Amino acid sequence: MVNSVRNFKETPARNYRKNISKGVKFDINDLNIRFGSVHALRHVSLKIQGNEILSVIGPSNSGKTTFLRVLNRLNDLDLNVKMEGTVKLENEDIKNIDMESLRKRVGMVFALPLPLPLSIFDNVAYGVRMHGVKNKKFLRDKVEESLSEAYLWEEVKDRLGESAFKLSGGQQQRLCIARTLAVEPEVILFDEPCSGLDPISTAKVEEAMVKLKQKYTLVLVTNNVKQAARVGDRTAFFLNGELIEIDKTDKVFTAPHDKRTDGYIRGKFG
Amino acid sequence: MKNPYRTQKIAFACLFLATLLIVVPVGFIVVIIIQKGMPAINWQFLSDIPRHGMRAGGIFPAIVGTLYLVTGAIVFALPIGLLAAVYLSEYSRDNALTRVIKLAIVNLAGVPSVVYGLFGLALFVVFFKFGASILSGSLTLGIMILPVIITTSREALESVPYSFREVSLSLGASKWQTIRHIVLPNAIPGILTGTILGLGRAAGETAPILFTVAAFYLPQLPASIFDQAMALPYHLYVISTQVPNVDEKIRYGTALVLLALVLFMNLVAIIIRYKFRKMKKW
Repeated sequence: MVNSVRNFKETPARNYRKNISKGVKFDINDLNIRFGSVHALRHVSLKIQGNEILSVIGPSNSGKTTFLRVLNRLNDLDLNVKMEGTVKLENEDIKNIDMESLRKRVGMVFALPLPLPLSIFDNVAYGVRMHGVKNKKFLRDKVEESLSEAYLWEEVKDRLGESAFKLSGGQQQRLCIARTLAVEPEVILFDEPCSGLDPISTAKVEEAMVKLKQKYTLVLVTNNVKQAARVGDRTAFFLNGELIEIDKTDKVFTAPHDKRTDGYIRGKFG
Repeated sequence: MKNPYRTQKIAFACLFLATLLIVVPVGFIVVIIIQKGMPAINWQFLSDIPRHGMRAGGIFPAIVGTLYLVTGAIVFALPIGLLAAVYLSEYSRDNALTRVIKLAIVNLAGVPSVVYGLFGLALFVVFFKFGASILSGSLTLGIMILPVIITTSREALESVPYSFREVSLSLGASKWQTIRHIVLPNAIPGILTGTILGLGRAAGETAPILFTVAAFYLPQLPASIFDQAMALPYHLYVISTQVPNVDEKIRYGTALVLLALVLFMNLVAIIIRYKFRKMKKW
């Protein structure tokens, strides 16, 4: 499994993806997560549509990052975690998908820019290589394609061999997006991707996200309520591990069902 | 009223004094050994076999023996130690048993070397019937330095940021790929530090080789790993205490060669480590 090429297209070409799956991407049913005695998520049920941006908002400790890390099973790294309920990715229970394939299909961009201690090129190529690709031309094309998709190619094309740590924070975060795109995921999870970025870098990342929606399904956890309003098609509000409300972003922000949602987005608590 | 400025000065002086107390004796030892040993160093001393009951001639067989033993010990201990460290830090669960094992390994580093000597005698020389040989001696020294290598390698592995592992796994890399391509390359400098410490210890110890390999006097080079061999630390012990009327400069000369040998091996490891640190991109 390690050395076999896992589902890469023969040649990377833009828009090769037919993948306009309007259907349900993730179907989450009565999900409970416990870390030891801490009940982090309570009876969460929701569906994530293909090619939408779902914003997840809520105060800290509301379980939104935990929710995100369920989707690529990164919570499983914690040995104390207990999960109940089902999470289906395109009708397949994620427990039945092997970890490497699942994480190839469901990529993640972390809160802080976390380049690997490698060159810019190797950072983007890393995931592809780990999935068994050795062809140099394929890797070169893939790196260019991914960096272009993340709006970074023009800025780094002459310095691909340099350490990724020499990039600015905003560039590093776009590099991380490119790295995730390179393994051709279907879903990309963003865990507060702009929390360490200045407003201009934030705008660039947001611009990238909106474009990416055409090809990918995006789940965006954010502490920035305005960001959720700017980019999200739908918005989910979590509080104390419970899903309080999920609806079209306009609806959540103009006429929320729940008083607590209203309070949070108006900045009354959290 | 306390004067923070004065307190700082006193603390500073204490720290400086402590450092001085370490540096000065070490410096003295090195200076004395060089001063008294240098006159003995010449080509014949380095390349000839001992003559006249070790009162003249050279120490070549002992130099070769020590090189064999140290190489053998590292070849045996580094792979095993590294693999054990990877298992302990990356794969084993954190529970009471593994914590006891980790603690035991740390403590093994403090076991007196003569105990390892006896252990080597019982296991390799007698039980496995390797006899007193380079093989027995190397294995004994290897076992002695294993705890040092495991502990330092484990620390090196654990100092690689956890976030790197998460990123690698989140891209769909398997656990082994993550260890092989992200964790290990970034732990190499620390692992080499452990190797350096192990090298120095293996080269300098007398007790572990006393029963397992060291020959009192052997005027030829060992032909295979099943032969006995002379070794510098034991040779130094012999000409200092067992053979009367050995010229002082030969004793110090031998000590100087041992010191230089360890220093040289450390230097090689330090250069390799430096190269890897330069490659490190964070």
